[in-house]
Amino acid sequence: MSTKGKVKGIIANLVIVGADGPVSQNEICYIHYRNIQLMAEVIKVVGNDAYVQVFESTRELKIGDDVSFTGRMLEVTLGPGILSKNYDGLQNDLNKMEGVFLKRGEYTNPLDEEKLWKFKPLAKPGDNVIAGDWLGQVDENDMPHKIMVPFSFGGTYHVKKISGEGKYKIADTVAILVDKEGKDIPVNMIQKWPVKIPITAFKEKPRPFKLLETGVRIIDTLDPIVEGGTGFIPGPFGCGKTVLQHAISKQAEADIVIVAACGERANEVVELFTEFPELEDVRTGKKLMERTTIIANTSNMPVAAREASVYTAMTLGEYYRSMGLRILMLADSTSRWAQALREMSNRLEELPGPDAFPMDLPAVISNFYSRAGYTILNNGETGSITFIGTVSPAGGNLKEPVTESTKKAARCFYALSQQRSDSKRYPAVDPIDSYSKYLEYPEFEEYIEKTISEKWIEQVNKTKTYLQRGKETYEQINILGDDGVPIDYHVTFWKSEVIDFVILQQDAFDKVDQSTPIERQEYMLESILELCESDFKFESFTEVDLYFKRIINQYKQMNYSEFKSEKFNNFENELNQIIQERIIVT
Amino acid sequence: METKAFQKIYTKLTQITKATFSLKATGIGYDELAFVNGKLAQVVKILGDTVTLQVFGGTEGIPTNAEVTFLGKAPTLKVSDDLAGRFFNAYGEPIDGGPPVEGEEREIGGPSVNPVRRKQPSELIATGIAGIDLNNTLVSGQKIPFFADPDQPYNQVMAMVALRARTDKIILGGMGLTNDDYLFYKNVFDNAGALDRIISFVNTTEDPPVERLLVPDMALTAAEYFAVDKNQSVLVLLTDMTLFADALSIVSNRMDQIPSKDSMPGSLYSDLAKIYEKAVQFPEGGSITIIAVTTLSGGDITHAIPDNTGYITEGQLFLRRDSDIGKVIVDPFRSLSRLKQLVIGIKTREDHPQVMNAAVRLFADAANAKTKLENGFDLTDYDERSLEFAKDYSNKLLAIDVNIDIDEMLDTGWSLFDKHFKKEEIGIKKDLVDKYWPKN
Repeated sequence: MSTKGKVKGIIANLVIVGADGPVSQNEICYIHYRNIQLMAEVIKVVGNDAYVQVFESTRELKIGDDVSFTGRMLEVTLGPGILSKNYDGLQNDLNKMEGVFLKRGEYTNPLDEEKLWKFKPLAKPGDNVIAGDWLGQVDENDMPHKIMVPFSFGGTYHVKKISGEGKYKIADTVAILVDKEGKDIPVNMIQKWPVKIPITAFKEKPRPFKLLETGVRIIDTLDPIVEGGTGFIPGPFGCGKTVLQHAISKQAEADIVIVAACGERANEVVELFTEFPELEDVRTGKKLMERTTIIANTSNMPVAAREASVYTAMTLGEYYRSMGLRILMLADSTSRWAQALREMSNRLEELPGPDAFPMDLPAVISNFYSRAGYTILNNGETGSITFIGTVSPAGGNLKEPVTESTKKAARCFYALSQQRSDSKRYPAVDPIDSYSKYLEYPEFEEYIEKTISEKWIEQVNKTKTYLQRGKETYEQINILGDDGVPIDYHVTFWKSEVIDFVILQQDAFDKVDQSTPIERQEYMLESILELCESDFKFESFTEVDLYFKRIINQYKQMNYSEFKSEKFNNFENELNQIIQERIIVT
Repeated sequence: METKAFQKIYTKLTQITKATFSLKATGIGYDELAFVNGKLAQVVKILGDTVTLQVFGGTEGIPTNAEVTFLGKAPTLKVSDDLAGRFFNAYGEPIDGGPPVEGEEREIGGPSVNPVRRKQPSELIATGIAGIDLNNTLVSGQKIPFFADPDQPYNQVMAMVALRARTDKIILGGMGLTNDDYLFYKNVFDNAGALDRIISFVNTTEDPPVERLLVPDMALTAAEYFAVDKNQSVLVLLTDMTLFADALSIVSNRMDQIPSKDSMPGSLYSDLAKIYEKAVQFPEGGSITIIAVTTLSGGDITHAIPDNTGYITEGQLFLRRDSDIGKVIVDPFRSLSRLKQLVIGIKTREDHPQVMNAAVRLFADAANAKTKLENGFDLTDYDERSLEFAKDYSNKLLAIDVNIDIDEMLDTGWSLFDKHFKKEEIGIKKDLVDKYWPKN
């Protein structure tokens, strides 16, 4: 018999429940309130008292209200039909909820029970299979959705029977497996998995090495991220974190995009709801929404579900990764999740760590980031989860606990700078402070040599040096004055400005400029490095900025034009004429 | 609010602090209201049979044998069309001498809107102030605060914005408003003949601070009535949210909660988000737009209150006194409207985004030139011109006394470019320069 309990105390969304039997940590229970049930999760147990965080408002709950425990942890339901859904943090289908306002205790089915899926068997009777092995596949928005041996199955199973090609509902049995004891186990298309436990149904997790194209120049060219890589974007408010993340989600070369809108603005989620069904995916010609799942727990939705939302998103990602797909997962913002942990920790009266965050925050964050990665599945296929989280540092100070903990866990760091944002240099990623550890991976270098060019990494490093030098000379000019430094200083500074304006800055709202394929990035970088390596003749420093502004203007017109179109070529010809005016031919 | 005859009366308080008291009681619901010696209180914690309540009016003069009666409900507001034109206190009781409002009784601080039932905001709110319309365009369904030092004229600007914005209802939520400012609003609205579309919930500095906690929820419950039930566009003004947050910290402090940054409660972000996220555009046409004030101390935006606010709201508006022209301007660097992308160049002229960005960039060049000047360096010809531009730009566009329509703002922008710069110095797309650069 399952454990029952009664409410003994209420402090905001923390409820203390006196239980009459065994209770486990992170177990889900329901508090009975009038005709509805409020879902809650056990976060601490003292004697017979279970401290539970309620995923809903606790208004009007009373001492003595009945509670029933489920014996299970918080789970997601996995199966075909997850793509293009809008879920809340607990995987309720938001579109199935009635009314304008969210009602307490309303839980909806994340999948569609009645929908028929075209099933094709992949395994044969007689095969031996283990958890995560592919039994068959259905067609989910043209994505091959694998029906797998449930992840919770331990040991080896024998396939006794598998359904033939045809249309099935998710609850229909599609295979019968036999376990070691010889017992028949029917399998359908649905399985459940607790969100806080990683799905590890793969053979190995090597270091990631394949470039993940995002179309954002400052990322792809300067600090690239890889398939299965991790990155984070910290920045004060108003620096364009969300715009950058949306750009990545629209353009990145991933099969599936999972967006966890975690404790952020509802209107930003609405932007995704509105735009993604309209946006065309350039590679497939289909709508972007068809390969996207959005987990929305906006800042006004219950705090406890905010923590759950990132785990829900990650678990869905792991499910699709096991099908050999490339997943891009974005979470905006992980700071809100950390704050949700802080609120609960505070109500539990735990001794606080720095800035009143719980002491185990760094461990929680790095555990979470480690669930991303590039995996080789048991059948030799590969899958990946690339995870990029944003961080909203309090007061824009990067020395706060969430930023510091994340810095230890993530391999790419895209620091958004207030200064760049103030001067409208978007995306406001600071080219000097940001880094990508993947540039140092020999596996990555090898891959880039084959796919882009042998000198690419060298060129990228050169570009970084020019930027660094430009910054240093700018400081010198500021200290010594325009006429207190040699003209060369001005030239060096302006060369770095060309890189800044033409490569780094990108107009996320311009149809052409918003996304740059790597081929075009290579072409532009090549052109600009040639310019940077050339010498120019000037009589006085006042000529320098006017001249380079003309060059920048010309390059920017190129950025706004279709690659190698007539317009583009014309601007380029004009550019070459301007360069000829002052270049020193050796 | 009257108590009902059959209700049990408790008379034994076990603990009293400056803002809360505790007593032994059973059958009490969380968030429930109670009267203690005629003062309104709300349940904030229940542990076994010990119930802790916060007293909105403060606990001054409450004895251990005070009479406590529970109302069996959370705070409510009676909503109907009769709300229009009325002034209320933080409890929703009339303070204008009129009769109580009859209508449907609704709990305040109700549930959130399902995000899939929202519509993307797309209606521009014109204010005539170029620092707002040109650089930081407002959109219905948006939430945006003024970040201002206490000496800046934010209440005046807000009243101006409210009256020029063509909305069906304006709801004022005043928290810790000085009596003078309260009368200012009343007069401005009265003189504009707009009183019938104004509803006010006011807590002045004369009222107890904890009462303020009710004001935003009262104002927004009224707003939701008009936006959801009546499909009206509603503008909610909340001033001053810093004082609201201060009241939150008072209560959390009395409840022995561990403070996080700047002695604010750890839940500050969620508390503020619950209010601001009531801003919404509905597909049926109704909308709630929130313009708030967050006062700063010494312009410090890293303090927990403006910092958390900035992460919740869709931008912020900064007022600053520009010593070059001696007027208050809307600071183009630190102000931001996140939703402007949804309307500029779409609902406004195509050149809007580029003119806006170019002007701000040139204004930044002027700021650099100024630094050079202050450090005693010679200025280049370009520096001189950008300084001249900056003065004109401040005067003709950024100053808060500007009142023109958006096309005129854009034309002014082009004429200033023409006056001070060459075409290739402004970095605007060639097609637009060809089309809009002044011809003569």
